[in-house]
Amino acid sequence: MTLAATTGLLTAGPATKAAAETHGFLSPTGVEIAFVLVGLVTFGAAIVTVTTRQLVHAALWLVVTLGGLAVEYLLLTAEFIAWVQVLIYVGSVVVLLLFGLMLTKAPIGRSPDADSGNRWAALTVAVAAAAALVWVVVDAFRTTWIDLDGPAAGSTEATGASLFQNWVLPFEALSVLLLAALVGAIVLSRKAKAESAAPDARGATGRDTEGAR
Amino acid sequence: MTTTTLAVLVPLLPFLGAAAGLLLGRTAPGFVRPLAVLPTLTSLVLAALVAARQGGDTAVNAATELTPTGSVPIELALHIDGFAALVAVLVGLVASCVQIYSTGYLRDDPRYPSYAALVSLFTSAMLLVVYSGDLIVLLVGWEVMGICSYFLVGHYWETPEARAASLKAFLVTKLGDVPFLIGLFALATDAGSFRITKVLGAVASGGLDHPTLIALLLLAGVAGKSAQFPLHTWLPDAMAGPTPVSALIHAATMVAAGVYFIARLLPVFEASQAAMIVLAVMAAVTMAGSALAALAQDDIKRVLAYSTIGQLGYMTGALAVGDRGAAVFHLLSHGAFKALLFLAAGVIIHAAGTNSLAAMSRMRNLRDRVPDAFWTMTVALLALAAIPPFSGFFSKEAVLGVAEHVVTGHTEHAPAAAGWIVLVAGLLTAVLTAAYAMRLWLLAFRGRGAEAPDHGRQPLTMTVVLWVLAIPSLALGGFAFRVLPDWFDGRDLGPTLTTSVLGTGLALAGGIVTYGAWRHTTALAARIPLGAVSAHPEGDAAQVEAEAIATHEPAYGDIAYAPDPADPGRLLLGPLHRPAAAGFHLDAVYTALFVRPVQAGASLVRFLDREVVETYVRGAGALPRWLGTVVRRAQTGNVQTYVSALLAGTVVLAVAVVLVATGA
Amino acid sequence: MHLAYPAVLSALLFCTGLYGVLARRNAILVLMSVELMLNAVNLNLVAFDVWLSKAAEETLHSGQALTLFTIAIAAAEIGIGLAIVLAVHRNRGTADIDKLRDTSERHDPDGPDSDARTAEQPGEAQKAEATA
Repeated sequence: MTLAATTGLLTAGPATKAAAETHGFLSPTGVEIAFVLVGLVTFGAAIVTVTTRQLVHAALWLVVTLGGLAVEYLLLTAEFIAWVQVLIYVGSVVVLLLFGLMLTKAPIGRSPDADSGNRWAALTVAVAAAAALVWVVVDAFRTTWIDLDGPAAGSTEATGASLFQNWVLPFEALSVLLLAALVGAIVLSRKAKAESAAPDARGATGRDTEGAR
Repeated sequence: MTTTTLAVLVPLLPFLGAAAGLLLGRTAPGFVRPLAVLPTLTSLVLAALVAARQGGDTAVNAATELTPTGSVPIELALHIDGFAALVAVLVGLVASCVQIYSTGYLRDDPRYPSYAALVSLFTSAMLLVVYSGDLIVLLVGWEVMGICSYFLVGHYWETPEARAASLKAFLVTKLGDVPFLIGLFALATDAGSFRITKVLGAVASGGLDHPTLIALLLLAGVAGKSAQFPLHTWLPDAMAGPTPVSALIHAATMVAAGVYFIARLLPVFEASQAAMIVLAVMAAVTMAGSALAALAQDDIKRVLAYSTIGQLGYMTGALAVGDRGAAVFHLLSHGAFKALLFLAAGVIIHAAGTNSLAAMSRMRNLRDRVPDAFWTMTVALLALAAIPPFSGFFSKEAVLGVAEHVVTGHTEHAPAAAGWIVLVAGLLTAVLTAAYAMRLWLLAFRGRGAEAPDHGRQPLTMTVVLWVLAIPSLALGGFAFRVLPDWFDGRDLGPTLTTSVLGTGLALAGGIVTYGAWRHTTALAARIPLGAVSAHPEGDAAQVEAEAIATHEPAYGDIAYAPDPADPGRLLLGPLHRPAAAGFHLDAVYTALFVRPVQAGASLVRFLDREVVETYVRGAGALPRWLGTVVRRAQTGNVQTYVSALLAGTVVLAVAVVLVATGA
Repeated sequence: MHLAYPAVLSALLFCTGLYGVLARRNAILVLMSVELMLNAVNLNLVAFDVWLSKAAEETLHSGQALTLFTIAIAAAEIGIGLAIVLAVHRNRGTADIDKLRDTSERHDPDGPDSDARTAEQPGEAQKAEATA
């Protein structure tokens, strides 16, 4: 299917070039070529992320995937989203994940049991879903082109104006959500009392129920 | 108050007493005894008032229709003629005596409240039967008596005998009640009404289409209720109940209801010659057979039970020859002396600590322990044996006189064959009755051996009623045979010379032969020890009796029989003794004919239910359980498996939706 | 640019993430796969927003706004998720998803699960303490 998409890209290229010849930093064909190349890298990195047997490598390949996506955002003229992606995902989320791996004492090097016994079922489901989605998407948007000319759709100015004109209330609500998540994460991961009290309490109830029985 | 109001109160008061007794029995034990005795006594007084007002004149009739009931109307109706008025007085008298006696007899019984309430309900039902002018209302009382007898006979339900006896009494009487009900419907359909007056009117005008069928159907119910052959087998076993209940059932209620019913509807039976012959044969077989069986019984109460069946045979015999006056006359006198016999027997059982005559015949001076019971029982036994001038003589002579009358062809109501059957059987039974009465008296009061145990004086409530009942046993007959014809059909009830001489002579002969046999055998009694007495001689009479009944079979090997060579009945009956003691094995015949097939059918049904029906049920359960086991294996606890299945399903659904949407 | 490119890429990334969620054993790797799926959706949102802002004169920029929200929520999610994984790891001594099978069907159909759990949890907690 990927090959088919690539061939479709090659055949569709001249038409796009004809439609949008004069505008853009790169020529339309160039944008598309760049998009496909970066997309291949991103997809490959994603595949490696979910298949590699080295847990830390998976996190690093995730960095590649997320960075590739940031480039794709840039190619789609959504520059603000792209930098946010770099900042938050590459900068913080992956770091968090690495911390998590570290704290759970993930083994360094190849671990033979990185995949569960469910992998063949998972592969079947994933391939079937991919086939269905790609088929539907290609079938639906065969004749649709994005016009990347003119002012960038995702410039910081446009995004900011839209965000603070039309999306103020959800934005503020989101800040509350973030606060709640912050507090929740702290509560969940607090070690001191919860940890020392919990086993005792559980042991006590266990003894109680056994005594009652 | 009008006579009608008084008459309505007569059955109503014991009913209210029963309801109040059942409600208050647990919460207010102090009220139980007054609630048991006072309504019954009041209704006795009211019944006497009703009788005085009615006075044997034209019948009092009153009716009210509660609600329309379709083609044949059912009405709350009273029909009080001389029969009803006098029988109601007898019922009230016996019930009052029984209630008073029970306060002493069941002194310490924890179930006395419910017992007293049921006795009141029983009385109320019988009074309803007596006064009712509508056959359906009569049937209500009839069935209430059936269920009350079930509860009362099973009063000592701790003993297996009482449980079996109560079930047997209920089932056997119900066996008769089913044809009885059909007969009532047939009668009402033919006559167009359930009112007794209208039915009798229809009969008089020849309006019955199927008189024989109706009469035979009704006869089945009467045979069940009045313990006539072949449905009499419940009555001897019903002796497993308390003695006052036996007195009530045997003297005034229940068994009297059947005779009374025929007396009321005698024209219906007279319309069919075949029914009268059947009635005569039934009466004859019942009389003779039960008298033979009575001669062989060891349990004092079973002797009296068989004697009741025999005396009821006299009554049905009188009805078979078409004279209800004689039948009800015998019903009245028999009610008095049989109640007395049972109540005295209760006193004797209490004093002796046993119900076995064999054991009593080995006790010296039992009569000195219970002088009241001794004298009153002597009176009652003389009345039973029809020795002049006791009441039984006059009523029995009335029956025999009527039969002789029919034999000599002086009546058109009854076939002469019925007269012959009744006369011969009646005379034969007279001999046997005197014999077993003599045997009972000799064995109970002339025993020799160890001194009878002394439990002190019997309660006053138990002895006073004996003397109250002794008066009618002694004097009713000679007084009544002149008065009663005014109340009844007007036919002469006086003894005729032929039958009087014949009957009295035979009775005396029976008594003397028995005495001779007893003289012959009594020497054996001292040599062969036998008998067992109650383990709790100081308990109240009911407890002593319950223990005596429960231990009779383990002690003597049979409920009705004791291996006593000193028994004069054994000498008199010879080889007949053993079958007579067992009621001529009629129960065994019934077991083979009815019980076994029913049980076999029941086990077949049980087999079908267990092995066939339940297989389907179990299969219906097994398949889902098996499927559930298979499905349960999917519950691995692995969340990823669940999500995989979920998403696979989602993909399939999405593809399906796309295919449908694109019309592929 | 042809709209199918970002859309197909997004679908492929999403299914890759799907595979990861279903097949990975370590809970943190599962979280990474969830991030992949979220990013696939983000790519979709951005691509369609860019398309619609020109093709349909859409000025709300809802796609980009929602992408920002998704990123924020994903950050919150990864924080909470990691906290949960850490708590589970502390209590159970493992972060392997297919070892957390408390909801499985036991072999005794009548006995409630709580019996077995109360019996085994102290032991597991001690193991966790020993390994901590």
